Amino acid sequence: MINVGIAGFGQSHFQTTRTDVTFPELVKEGADLALADADISIGKVDAVVYPLAPDALIGVSNGERWVIDALGATGKPFMRVNNGGATGMSAVLTAWTHIASGLFDVVLVAGADRVSESGSAQSVLNKMWDVGYERTVPLNTITMLALSAQRYMHLYNSDETDMALVTVKNRKHASLNPYAHLRTLITVEEVLATRTLAWPIKLGDACPASTGAAGVVLVSEKYAKKNGLKPAWIRGIGQNTETFWMGNRVGEKALGDHADADALGYAFDIAYAQAGITDPVNQVHVAEVYAPFSSVELHVIEAARLAEKGRSPRDLRAGKFALGSEGPVVNPSGGTLCTNPIAVTGTIRVGEAANQVLGRAGAHQVPNARVAIASAIGGDHQFYSTMVLCSDLEEI
Amino acid sequence: MTTNEKTAAEVKNPSNRFFEQTWDLQYKHALGSTVSRFLDGLAEGKIWGRRTTDGRVLVPARSYDDITHEKTGEWVEVANTGTIEMFTIVYEAFKGLPTPPYALAYVMLEGADTALVGYVQGIDLHDRASAIAALQIGTRVDVRFAEKPAGTAADYWFELGATPKQ
Repeated sequence: MINVGIAGFGQSHFQTTRTDVTFPELVKEGADLALADADISIGKVDAVVYPLAPDALIGVSNGERWVIDALGATGKPFMRVNNGGATGMSAVLTAWTHIASGLFDVVLVAGADRVSESGSAQSVLNKMWDVGYERTVPLNTITMLALSAQRYMHLYNSDETDMALVTVKNRKHASLNPYAHLRTLITVEEVLATRTLAWPIKLGDACPASTGAAGVVLVSEKYAKKNGLKPAWIRGIGQNTETFWMGNRVGEKALGDHADADALGYAFDIAYAQAGITDPVNQVHVAEVYAPFSSVELHVIEAARLAEKGRSPRDLRAGKFALGSEGPVVNPSGGTLCTNPIAVTGTIRVGEAANQVLGRAGAHQVPNARVAIASAIGGDHQFYSTMVLCSDLEEI
Repeated sequence: MTTNEKTAAEVKNPSNRFFEQTWDLQYKHALGSTVSRFLDGLAEGKIWGRRTTDGRVLVPARSYDDITHEKTGEWVEVANTGTIEMFTIVYEAFKGLPTPPYALAYVMLEGADTALVGYVQGIDLHDRASAIAALQIGTRVDVRFAEKPAGTAADYWFELGATPKQ
């Protein structure tokens, strides 16, 4: 298989609203920033992959039609990718496939979101559920993960303070990241005092609705060598999918438990095997994992094999996973919890991981990071993507 | 100047204009014979499941299985009692969704291998600590049925159980 690298990453300074640009203009911002960072002109791009989650969130049907010119995609092969919250990373995996197959040498992934333009986001997301059986109950992305968080707390004797510790850590990280949306420090007591959305999830456990753009440029090993580029190399990828029905994720005969992220764990195992990683705690230096609520980061850390099942709260209390601690640092950018422009959130995970292994992450750089992982989750905790990145192509 | 150097004033210039819209879309979804029979059962006070080729009972009834990918077969009536597998209590108002507070739970009914989602009624949710304690995983609940069924999944809900485990 052909080696593929991340040659450039660009992102906006994320905020709640932007009134200076239209949606396509915002998408162009992501494309321009990514191409500029890679120092590759649009003329060199062989194909474009565009991440966009549900159309109703941006208020335009088949929004990919609207942004073709913003992406510079006219005259080029083009695909839109939608895997819910995993969209931004699934798009990168699609681009990887484009290059690893030998078909293309340079692929642009860029997009944007402005979630706050619709005050009806949770009503849109409620419409993910089955019309016959589940739509009469007001499920949405917050309640679906509150159910998971409650079950995790029960199974592993964890509590709301464990969730708050995730927020405290990530806000501290985000305060060092000039692109992050929520950058103010917060204490455990302050998180616990925020209003309850769907117990046990409180406002302080939840991601913001972010506006901004992001993009990455992927290149083949051949193109990188010919042009003297030093990209972050993609050393392993994994994908997995879980049943639509949350009620099938409980009970003795379930394939995976809704408290955990077992299917994501399997996707990490696939990526680790490709990369030659056998001991993630000691071989992975940085993790940029998709967790839109504090509770999700707990079981994603475990799915990434960075802690045993049910033990990530204990490790967090011991100060692990934070910048400056021993062992893998989780979400040094502040993560999805501090910045969530849905369509490109997964793209940012890959871009941040790439910056880390190249030593380009700035104030939130993990010293001497060589190996990073990235992951994303979409649907009703249903679509999973994983990736291992490394600064070189030597044995990990 | 690149976009990232723009000042906050430019990004939020009050003279920038807006376009407002509302989507009002109508649908009438066919639910098929399997879902329809399940919903018919609610009017008779019955919860129906379907048996998979490897012997599990899927509740609510589905015509195919997520694990084997085979069609399901025999209809199986499960008990109207079960235990809570996971729950949440919503205190936040979301546009287009019901007025809070309300409690939701996935319940494993006796005889079923998958859990059924529904409202849990009859609990004072304003007393949050007591409500959380009352809904813990493993709590027994009964299925209750609407006296005047509407033919939708809203025709059933859960209440804290009076029936001991069989």
